[in-house]
Amino acid sequence: MDENTIKWSIDVDGCNFDTAGVASQSTKFKLKQLGLDNELSRRVAIAMYEGEINMVIHANGGVAEVEVFSDKIMVVLKDTGKGIADISLAMQEGYSTATEDIRDLGFGAGMGLPNMKRYSDNMEIITKVGEGTTVIMTFYMGNQSQQT
Amino acid sequence: MKISEVQEILGAQIVACAENVDVEIKSACGCDMMSDVLAFVKDQSILITGLVNPQVIRTALMMDMKCVVFVRGKKPDEKIIQMAQEHGIIIMTSDLRMYEACGLLYSHGLQAGGLKG
Repeated sequence: MDENTIKWSIDVDGCNFDTAGVASQSTKFKLKQLGLDNELSRRVAIAMYEGEINMVIHANGGVAEVEVFSDKIMVVLKDTGKGIADISLAMQEGYSTATEDIRDLGFGAGMGLPNMKRYSDNMEIITKVGEGTTVIMTFYMGNQSQQT
Repeated sequence: MKISEVQEILGAQIVACAENVDVEIKSACGCDMMSDVLAFVKDQSILITGLVNPQVIRTALMMDMKCVVFVRGKKPDEKIIQMAQEHGIIIMTSDLRMYEACGLLYSHGLQAGGLKG
C-alpha cells in the first residue's frame, strides 16, 4: 500500500481525569478540519473518548493514534496497563471493574467497551493481563449503519 | 423551543454563553452517567445533569450538544465555565431537582427525542 494517509498520535495522560478526552476532542476538531462528515467525526470521537476514559481510569494512560485513509479511519489505543482478564465479560453492558470514585465522576457504568463497539465498524482488542491492552477501531466512510 | 424558554421554564441562571440563547432545540436528555449519555443519546441538544466536572462539557462537545443545565443547585467552577465558553456551549444552573426539571420541560413540549436502541 502506498496510499498517502494522514496520521497523528497523542499521549493520553493517565494521572489527570480532568484532561481525559482531550485527545478525542482534538481528533474530532481535526477530522472536521479535514472536511469529514459530521456524523463520522462524531462516531470516531465518541468511541475514542470512551477508550481514552478507559485508559485513564484503568491503565494509567497510554497513546492514541489516528490514521485517516481515503476510505476509512483507524484509531489505535495502546496502553501498558493491567490488561483485560475476560474480554467477553468486559464487553457486557453494565459490567465494570471501576471503583465507586469513578462512578461518582459519571463513568464506570460498564458502557465503555460496548459503546466503542457500537460506534465503530470494526473493533479488535489485543490484551494480556499484566502487560496492557491495544484496541484497534476502524470506521468506514460513507457507512451510516452505525448512527450516532 | 428556544434555549431562552428553557431558562425561563426552569427559572435558571445562565453562567456561560448567554449570547447563544436564541438557538432552537428539539429534545433533551437528563442523566448523571456520562457513559449512558454517550450510549443512548441521539441528537439531543440539551443535557440536564447533577454531575459537575469537566467531562460533562466534554461529553456535550462530543455529542454536539448546545447547552448543559446543572440541576440541584450545583455550581460549575471557573475551569468548567471557561471550557464551555471556548466551545460556545451554554451553561445554566437551576435549583430544581432532576425529576422536576425534566418534567417541566417535557410538559412544555420538549421531547426526549430519538433514543437509540
